[in-house]
Amino acid sequence: MTWFLDHVSDVLSLTGKHVYLAGVPLVLGLLIAIPIGWLARRYKVLYPPLIMGTGLLYTIPSLALFILMPLFIGTRILDPVNVVVAMTIYTVALLVRTVADGLGAVPEAVTQSATAMGFKRVRRLFMVELPLAVPVISAGMRVAAVSNVSIVSVAAIIGVPQLGSLFTDGFRRDFTDPIVVGIIACVLLAITFDLVIIAITRLLTPWQQVRRAAR
Amino acid sequence: MNDVLSWLTASAHWSGEDGIPQRLLEHLYYSGVALLIAAVIAIPLGLFVGHTGRGRFVVVNAAGAARAVPSLGLLFVSVLVLGPRLTGDTAFVVPCEIVLVVLAIPPILAGAYAGVEEVDPAVRDAAKGMGMRGPEVLARVEIPCALPLIFSGLRSGALQVVATATIAATVGLGGLGRFLIDGLAVRDYSQMAAGAVLVAVLALVVDLGFALIQRYAVSPGLTGRIGTRLGAERNEALAPSVTSADTRESGRA
Repeated sequence: MTWFLDHVSDVLSLTGKHVYLAGVPLVLGLLIAIPIGWLARRYKVLYPPLIMGTGLLYTIPSLALFILMPLFIGTRILDPVNVVVAMTIYTVALLVRTVADGLGAVPEAVTQSATAMGFKRVRRLFMVELPLAVPVISAGMRVAAVSNVSIVSVAAIIGVPQLGSLFTDGFRRDFTDPIVVGIIACVLLAITFDLVIIAITRLLTPWQQVRRAAR
Repeated sequence: MNDVLSWLTASAHWSGEDGIPQRLLEHLYYSGVALLIAAVIAIPLGLFVGHTGRGRFVVVNAAGAARAVPSLGLLFVSVLVLGPRLTGDTAFVVPCEIVLVVLAIPPILAGAYAGVEEVDPAVRDAAKGMGMRGPEVLARVEIPCALPLIFSGLRSGALQVVATATIAATVGLGGLGRFLIDGLAVRDYSQMAAGAVLVAVLALVVDLGFALIQRYAVSPGLTGRIGTRLGAERNEALAPSVTSADTRESGRA
């Protein structure tokens, strides 16, 4: 506890970096996963290879991906961009299936009505199908957010500073306080991400509130 | 890429204490033990929650919190706390297993209770109508019907455990993570890339193994492996099951 009070500003600055490294990929990953998920749903032939292919990305150990990133994108090993790109890859791996299944859960009658009302394919996707898929996509985003916060901490092994640095630092000095503080901060951060996603989901799905109130 | 291939095919890397077969066995050992312990804890608990509906709130939230715990931090803190109380290799193996078990429990648990919970109520009623009692309904109807989701949870847990067992190397243990950590120490990219490839391939092989077991364990009546739906269902069973059980509730390192 005293260790924490003495190092509040350090912990806060590491938390800020952690938010950046885990949060930016979450948004980027969603933006990339939407078109891929849409393709997988639109063309049945593409569904198995796209879902399997993106699923494969998730089997790459995070430590390995962080280390190997410079080889693929030509950055320096300590560049935080490596972590952002690697985390984006994991987010895409998790979200493509969710987006595809979410779009698939939109009732056929709804898409047909939209077409009948004159919606063209792209406008129908953004105005009708995506909004209706929000609850399913949001469930996937929550899993991705929690998993991102945890995975980012591994980047401390390659020396990119964020809350995981408290783990490596504490372990090196045989000192549990920073590690415990780091774990608590990570869990709190994951909960915060979760709450933010729930709040955004509520804003985007007003009809669910009406339905809940009607019960 | 060629460097990675030549590293992987060099005969020197395929024998001895730090050869690929030895590291592979260590990796499988850490992962297998963790998955077994996690399954023994999570499957009965999940079946109980799914069958009775009791304790759902507590279990769902505890599993959610467990997902948020960063594996690396948990590993370091358990080594520092438990290490001095244990001797030899167990001082590191036990903390490592704790981390992997904590990691594997949430997906397996989610698969087990979601599986039982989502059994068609009409099927459950039919079983009762045929004179089955609670435990009998669970054993003869609910568990067989829940198997696809139970397997999906196991596969998702196995994938995460196999990928995360690499961090065992950060506290001086073996496993395929050694190639990553040792490679990092001397900036040997081909060794690290080879290690990463080995872990990814292992994860795939394990997932395919589970898919095969699932094919034979799950009743054909459930998978629709009779008649014309054969092709479609087979594709689905063999696709990597990253999170079909995961997305039902809301880690790995």
